[in-house]
Amino acid sequence: MSFHARMDYSPAKFHKSERRLADVGEPFRFSPEHQATFDRLVTHYPAERRKSAILYALYLVQEQQGYVSRAAMRFVAEQIGCTPAEVEDVVTYYVMFFQKPVGTYALAVCRTLSCALAGAERVTEALSDHLGVPVGGTDASGTFTLLEFECLGACDRAPVVMVNNDHWHEHLTPDGVPKFIEDLRVKGLAALTGCHHKVE
Amino acid sequence: MAYEPVLTKFVKEPNCYTLDFYKAKDLGYEALRKAVTTMQPNDVIEMVKASGLRGRGGAGFPTGLKWQFVLKDTPKPKYICCNADESEPGTFKDHLLMERNPHLLIEGCAIGCYAIGAKVAYIYIRGEFYHVQKVLEQQIEEAYRAGFLGKNIFGSGFDCDVFVHRGAGAYEAGEETALIESLEGKRAQPRIKPPFPAVSGLYNCPSAVNNVETLANVPLIISKGVEWFTSLGPEKNNGPKLYCVSGHVKNPGVFEATMDVSLKELILGDQYAGGMKDGRTLKAVIPGGSSTPVLLPDQIDIPASFDAVAKAGSMLGSAAIMAVDDTTCMVWLAKNLLAFYRHESCGKCTPCREGADWLLKLLTRIEAGEGQMKDIDLLLDVSKNIGGKTLCPFGDAEIAPVLSTIKHFRHEYEAHVREGCCTIPAPWRGTRAPALAGHH
Repeated sequence: MSFHARMDYSPAKFHKSERRLADVGEPFRFSPEHQATFDRLVTHYPAERRKSAILYALYLVQEQQGYVSRAAMRFVAEQIGCTPAEVEDVVTYYVMFFQKPVGTYALAVCRTLSCALAGAERVTEALSDHLGVPVGGTDASGTFTLLEFECLGACDRAPVVMVNNDHWHEHLTPDGVPKFIEDLRVKGLAALTGCHHKVE
Repeated sequence: MAYEPVLTKFVKEPNCYTLDFYKAKDLGYEALRKAVTTMQPNDVIEMVKASGLRGRGGAGFPTGLKWQFVLKDTPKPKYICCNADESEPGTFKDHLLMERNPHLLIEGCAIGCYAIGAKVAYIYIRGEFYHVQKVLEQQIEEAYRAGFLGKNIFGSGFDCDVFVHRGAGAYEAGEETALIESLEGKRAQPRIKPPFPAVSGLYNCPSAVNNVETLANVPLIISKGVEWFTSLGPEKNNGPKLYCVSGHVKNPGVFEATMDVSLKELILGDQYAGGMKDGRTLKAVIPGGSSTPVLLPDQIDIPASFDAVAKAGSMLGSAAIMAVDDTTCMVWLAKNLLAFYRHESCGKCTPCREGADWLLKLLTRIEAGEGQMKDIDLLLDVSKNIGGKTLCPFGDAEIAPVLSTIKHFRHEYEAHVREGCCTIPAPWRGTRAPALAGHH
């Protein structure tokens, strides 16, 4: 095969391990409420299958400290009864777990086809310009992190932005970006539209 | 004859997701009562088989058969896994169904459990649908309180638990064995089949993995009967069907119809998506989610059924219809989808993992006007080495947009190479070359 030099597929980039370790972070324990929630969720699965609750455990970790540190992975491994490597295996696979601290609001813009057809690329560029950060970056105040996600499953409301994995905002246009950011700063998550389906 | 929706009839009403509403206006767990008090599990399976209900997740496999294959003579517990991962780009029907009519799904899960002899159903919902999950969990709670779930349902001695399991953003978890792996707390990567989940699925026990819409159809079959179900739609493609129409249409949304409605009607019909936005013309249609080959406007005057779309050379898939207009560059479209597949490939099979990366690199290069003519054939060559060479259908899915756009729009690829730039730069597209999507 012949590829030209401009294609970045050189040993310098690709023949090195891309394994990135998460931050070690502070020693971690669940808060009493989170521990109670976890203990309840574990009962949904057969007693010898505690590992099924690993995703829930990691969500609880993320809710508590904003990201999943290596200390937290070790803690989850103890809770589940598996090795920390198995936890890291899971954390690094699923996109919804952050391995380093993110801003107060993590904005995930859907970039897949239906949203892209509705101008998601422009929305991302407008957000990037407005916040002064590249995709993946967090702004200087530590308030916003800009991310791109794959199809979020609300293609009739494109372009869609998901905030902090839990909250949605629909029909965001490039022109609407300054107001969207301002509203988020002032009103917090209440500024988001949520997700409402239109049905015929 | 106007078709009366059954799955989405009440979705516009304010409290349609509550148990009280479901009991007052909809089925109200009468189908479950009928199944567990008057029917044997085998009768339920026979009834679903007779209805010809086909899986709504993408493959269109008969649901009754799937349940019949679940191993009966075993001391192991059995499981229903409801596939609510809904990650195929363009699909948002289950999203609506779970948010606005959750009890239909819960009832379907319970009936499914009764049919295959399971006591537990897990609804694997994608991590992004947190708002849907909250509704679902709340309504499951209600169902427990009313005695429709839990121990000794309707005094029949049948016990059933339904739990929601939240995923964390993996497209691959929509594949049945990958979903099971994810439910077990591992990476969502597919298993080698056989053994099929019906023999050894969740926790190595016999399991059935069914789509949300499939399970939602089951209570309707039980309560309204096989004749009602088979009277809807063309032969072998019976029953109500949800269509998701998105893209450059005036009125994107979920539409319920029978499978004799045509693709053309769904996109251009006024009672459906209402035609193309801003007076532009239709250029191409993706009929069943991003993994299905593109169809041309002159190919869409066909019924939107599993068989008719397959005959036209594509797939109905998850019935996610994406319509694109004449401002869309098809090389850009293929690149957009390949960026998706490159990001979402689970990495287990080399042809898919590496292939997606190469395809995206080639498409990026061609789209930027830096490609060569032989790159187009190289795309075909790489695709040939991915299709059919992977454990799950992901490999075939990722080459579908490439092969079908080259088949129908080869001249656009050639124009990119000749002109040295994108020949159809639409105003809604970004101006910067996006970085390769990596892991956040």
